[in-house]
Amino acid sequence: MPFSFDSYLGVHQPALHLRAKRAQVLASNLANIDTPHYKARDIDFTEALQAASRGQGANTMRATHAMHIKPEQFISGSDLKYRNPYQNSLDGNTVEHQVEMAAFSDNAMRYMASVRFISGKFNTLRTAIKGQ
Amino acid sequence: MSLLSVFDISGTALQAESIRLNTTSSNLANANSISSSHGGTYRARHPVFAPIFKEFGDQQENVGVKVLGIVESQTPLRREHNPNHPMADEEGFIFLPNVNVVEEMANMISASRAYQTNIEVMNSAKQMLMRTLTIGQ
Repeated sequence: MPFSFDSYLGVHQPALHLRAKRAQVLASNLANIDTPHYKARDIDFTEALQAASRGQGANTMRATHAMHIKPEQFISGSDLKYRNPYQNSLDGNTVEHQVEMAAFSDNAMRYMASVRFISGKFNTLRTAIKGQ
Repeated sequence: MSLLSVFDISGTALQAESIRLNTTSSNLANANSISSSHGGTYRARHPVFAPIFKEFGDQQENVGVKVLGIVESQTPLRREHNPNHPMADEEGFIFLPNVNVVEEMANMISASRAYQTNIEVMNSAKQMLMRTLTIGQ
């Protein structure tokens, strides 16, 4: 039975990648909390993860030949959506501190969860290799 | 590595907010700098923030915040008739800076809160990275 780390790690590998990317997007929002006319952005995580799992993100290059270098799975600007603010501000900024902080903490916790799952999978492998 | 760029992004924000805090403290320090001429009077200064964009294919990706420049407030200066003041001009007027102390205090709180937020973001990103480094241990 051929063994592949990609299938063994399952959804957690693209999930980790997307979580890290989302952390970056949310950090950009929080960095621009006082920038006039800045529009907060976010990743639709479920949609992006489904696309990443299928290996067809919006801008993913398709490998049509076995010798093609596999493009890194990435999420591009087209997957970023604009956030609808609950309250508008006078300067046109749509970053809401509490919303972004909640999203960032939530994202960080889920990242840690994926890390824990991957760690567990590697420990399982190690147990199998050592046989004890 | 996306998580490492969180440090860069939050770093630009810390830089921008500290400039804002600096201008605020300068404004508050000079709130009572009386002058005898219109041109020589201190004017409130405020930084102008703008997002930094990086081209990512045909899309733009935001990678932090920058200070475009520091502008002087266009609010008219306060002019008081006080002939006994040592700085009074020949007509007996003194000029006071157009610093709005209440506005500056609100700015100060906003800047320090934003600073704290970005520190928290950096701490979270650090925890995420440290946890990532322990995969397989």
